[in-house]
Amino acid sequence: MKARGYLRAAVACGFAVMVAGCGLAEAPLIDPAGPQALAERNLLFTALALMMLVVIPVFAMTFFFILRYRASNRTARYEPDWSYSGLVDTIIWIVPALIVISLGVLLWNATHRLDPYKQLHTKEEALEVQVVAQDWKWLFIYPEQGVASVNELAFPSDRPLSLRITSDTVMNSFHIPALAGQIYAMAGMQTRLNLLADAPGTFTGRNVQYSGDGFSGQHFKAIAQTGEDFQDWVEQARQASDSLDADSYKALAKPSSNHPVTYYADVKANLFQDIISKYAPRPGPPSAQASVTPESAVESRNAR
Amino acid sequence: MLGKLTLDALPFYSWVAMGGAGLIVFGGFAVVALITWFGLWRYLWTEWLTSVDHKRVGIMYIVLALVMLLRGFIDAIMMRAQQAFALNSDGYLPPDHFDQIFSSHGTIMIFFMAMPFLSGLINVIMPQQIGARDVAFPFLNSLSLWLSAAGAALVMISLVLGTFSTAGWTGYPPYSGIAHNPSVGVDYWIWAILVSGVGTTLTGINFVVTILKRRAPGMKLMRMPLFTWTAFCSSLLMIFAFPALTVVVSMLALDRIFGLHFFTNADGGNMMNYINLFWIWGHPEVYILILPAFGVFSEVVATFSRKRLFGYTSLVIATMAIGLLSFTVWLHHFFTMGSSASVNAFFGIATMVIAVPTGVKVFDWLLTMFRGRIEFPPPMLWTLGFIVTFVIGGVTGVLLALPPVDYLMHNTTFLVAHFHNMIIPGVLFGFLAGYMYWFPKMFGFTLDARWGARSFWCWIIGFYLAFMPLYLLGFMGMPRRLEQYNVPEWQPYLIVAALGAVVILGGIACLIIQLAVSIRTRHERRDLTGDPWDGRTLEWMTASPPAPYNFAVLPQVESIDAFHEMKKQGKADQRPQHYSDIELPRSTAAGVLLGALAFLLGFAVVWHIWWLAIAALAAIVGTVIARSFDDDCEFVLPAEEVERTETRHHQLRQAAARWAADSARDQTADSPALQEQTP
Repeated sequence: MKARGYLRAAVACGFAVMVAGCGLAEAPLIDPAGPQALAERNLLFTALALMMLVVIPVFAMTFFFILRYRASNRTARYEPDWSYSGLVDTIIWIVPALIVISLGVLLWNATHRLDPYKQLHTKEEALEVQVVAQDWKWLFIYPEQGVASVNELAFPSDRPLSLRITSDTVMNSFHIPALAGQIYAMAGMQTRLNLLADAPGTFTGRNVQYSGDGFSGQHFKAIAQTGEDFQDWVEQARQASDSLDADSYKALAKPSSNHPVTYYADVKANLFQDIISKYAPRPGPPSAQASVTPESAVESRNAR
Repeated sequence: MLGKLTLDALPFYSWVAMGGAGLIVFGGFAVVALITWFGLWRYLWTEWLTSVDHKRVGIMYIVLALVMLLRGFIDAIMMRAQQAFALNSDGYLPPDHFDQIFSSHGTIMIFFMAMPFLSGLINVIMPQQIGARDVAFPFLNSLSLWLSAAGAALVMISLVLGTFSTAGWTGYPPYSGIAHNPSVGVDYWIWAILVSGVGTTLTGINFVVTILKRRAPGMKLMRMPLFTWTAFCSSLLMIFAFPALTVVVSMLALDRIFGLHFFTNADGGNMMNYINLFWIWGHPEVYILILPAFGVFSEVVATFSRKRLFGYTSLVIATMAIGLLSFTVWLHHFFTMGSSASVNAFFGIATMVIAVPTGVKVFDWLLTMFRGRIEFPPPMLWTLGFIVTFVIGGVTGVLLALPPVDYLMHNTTFLVAHFHNMIIPGVLFGFLAGYMYWFPKMFGFTLDARWGARSFWCWIIGFYLAFMPLYLLGFMGMPRRLEQYNVPEWQPYLIVAALGAVVILGGIACLIIQLAVSIRTRHERRDLTGDPWDGRTLEWMTASPPAPYNFAVLPQVESIDAFHEMKKQGKADQRPQHYSDIELPRSTAAGVLLGALAFLLGFAVVWHIWWLAIAALAAIVGTVIARSFDDDCEFVLPAEEVERTETRHHQLRQAAARWAADSARDQTADSPALQEQTP
């Protein structure tokens, strides 16, 4: 008994060391930095707790039955032909069904509440940023400010961030784990993601959909700032020597790994829409090729 | 003349790749040399390669599966090694090579390890469980085997000539399209899957017809053993799901070869169609794999609890419900594609509904143990390890079924840990349990229990070490398929995971040692009775190994657990008044020939060697036509020979029974196989 107590203490200590020492406590999904990620994490914990209603009995039954009904224990009851009980059968169907029904209600509500397409509302209006996945970097276009950056997403922490996302290469998946869930980036289409940070801070964002040789290095800093700091950041970008026109965009879009953070003082009008519409089908009369606006861009979501 | 195939196809790009190629070439030569040295070519050709006997075909499937398990595991441990070291460093694998390894690992483990393993077990056991003499279409069976082998050969040869796909085992376009992936790797992947996929579809048809049409008298559907039920459901899923894969992969091939635009970025292509079609096959595929394993667990748990299976009807209903529901959940593989909340929620709920019949199954197995007399030979250890571990995987599966949680966890190592948590304990443990449980039926001697137990403990400890850290890494936001990383906090977990892979390597070594030890001591381990575990179902009624016809007289089935009932009523070893002639399928080289031609076809298309492709296709069509005109595909085993075989088997059985009675009296058994017999 005593030995078992020590063992348990050692395991607990070991686990604690691992959790604390190896950064699990600060893991972005355990300790999120925005309301979206927090709500998603809480949903995970709630579902986990609910499922313990099934898991704990299964574990208990397994270990108890192994111990009690092992062949060497001749004192245990042995009923070789007992193979059905209406009551037990009903219970083992009904209990999991009830848990799934309650999880289902939880799921339906949470999925609608946490729809990544849903605009978030605070006192301030959302900041819109257009995101383009390239081999192997991320381009962020700020239509409101008229600037752009590569591999750095700065935004004021008191404004919701509304992202329109596309890809100028293969499928990518845009993910800032500390702030919100991910969404795919696909060429010729736009997807949307809305998120919010609790406070200023710097977080890692990535492409998490495998996309080729430079995939490992395709990460960026998402920097939530105070309003003033964000203004400074925009000013700094406006001081940049480069601007993003058709030619410089073409150069940027070429595959490159571990691309350094770059700013663009000026961005060609409708660049984001052009990136989407260049994949539109070519055949058909020219009149059919209406210009693409953010609203008419082909959304991957056909339900809206 | 040789299309795109030039000397550049040889893997001189890295030492590691050259090592792999060398291993394949050397291994191939070694096998050929050994067979020649022992003069086994004729024996192999007449008794095995051309055989259409379902037991032989099944055993060859299992050999293929075990060889590919080794290959797939080497891939796995190479990835674990790379990630353990690749903090801010290139490790020892360049990205292009690392990407081939994770692609081939997944492809091999699903298509060329798990699928052959399940086809093999079903082939050997299912006809015996329903009291049949063979499958409905013995030649088709041989053809399916050789098409699977041809697919596996295409994957293996990609190590020597050219490269394998870097697009992952799912091959998502546009990355797998010609614009982004011009090398032959994706083509190897496509043709390996197409060739073996045709084989799997045929297998499904074969098994379904066998189960529906070849059952012994009295074997009503609701008297079939659970393994046969799960094989039935799994085969139905093969028939309905595999065409989706064949179609979608063919469309990708058309895109790549003829420049069509099904899935390209531009010109009207749409990658989302690929992903939908792929998972319309892909999700049922998960159940194709796991249902037969559930069947094995059901047999094993009843046999070694010495008790009837609890809730037979519930288990059958649950199996069929899982089969049906498996077609309603494919979208959960891409909740993050931007579907509306209602669509995501629908598929999320459908996914969780599957947890209900699965939970029922777990409870039924537990209740089978309740008030039993549980023994713990290796098959039962795998089963118990499965129940405990699988529940954890089920929990993480339900978590991922919640779309908002999936937004966070998708494409991270949490997802990798989840599906390995389903497939290793669920599928592989099940098949290994089946392998150890039915091995005496296949070869006439039991496997060593101590090495079996050691293998189990290595596998399960290794599994937890290898995959629990990946769950935690998922919480830390680590994406899957990273060739290197810059987050120091991840490294300790990745080192533990690599150690886990080493422990699993120990488990594989124990499997090999177990086989070697058991073969060496096979004379002491003979199973003379045909029923080493005091089994309950009809496959234990035949000799071990069974005669080519399995049953000299088709058994009359009166209940569930038919053989157990016969033994209880003392009818198990009754001999008939007289024997009659038995018609059996004749061996044919057509199956192995078609497999070889399909390999050539695939290889030729991969390298754009068009003349060879056309020639191979013509030869395939010609062979099929020629075979269809061959009416002489059966032979008659005369009644006298059947009687001789049966008499010998009967005498052995009698001797074994006396032996068992004696040794029970002396408490000293000469044979471990017989010891199992004593109550």
